[in-house]
Amino acid sequence: MDVAILLDTGIYCLLGVTVLSLVRVVIGPEPEDRMIGLNLTASQVLAILVLSALRLDRAIFLDVALVYAILGFVGMLAIARSVGSREGSP
Amino acid sequence: MIWVVAVFLLLGVFFGITGNIGVLRFPDVFTRLHAAAKCSTTSVFSILLACMLLKGWDPMSWRILVIALFFLITSPVSAHIIGRSAWMRGLMPWGRKQRKW
Repeated sequence: MDVAILLDTGIYCLLGVTVLSLVRVVIGPEPEDRMIGLNLTASQVLAILVLSALRLDRAIFLDVALVYAILGFVGMLAIARSVGSREGSP
Repeated sequence: MIWVVAVFLLLGVFFGITGNIGVLRFPDVFTRLHAAAKCSTTSVFSILLACMLLKGWDPMSWRILVIALFFLITSPVSAHIIGRSAWMRGLMPWGRKQRKW
């Protein structure tokens, strides 16, 4: 079993799964449903970035993955604050 | 060692597919949040574990460990933030009593 074939299998399967998780972002009835879809998409893109770093043997993709995780978390905080304060609740 | 890496990678892909089916099929915000949080944490953590086992003692492996620790902290926190936002807005959880209303 080759390492490159294994990593390619993981990358392409996760790409297909990420497209499925974007469906919930489009059709979600509540704003929290869209946030769930965005959170799931961010975690799977993080996994794709780490697998691409090993497939292409570039260590710079790991830094990109770490910054992507941090920005996803801060963005989720900002979206939750924006959605919660729109209804007048504290 | 390559078979252990393959098993963890396929486990990660399986949990990702399962979490997406749960997010697409469940009827409520809270049940979808349950599926998404649990399956995304398990999937990403087993994929990062497979990458660490594949590289062995390498500088890339320690960076992947930092990413895994950060993800293990922030993923439940962000799921809790989403659930708290939905609860504070007054969304009721899905149940049997809600069908009569």
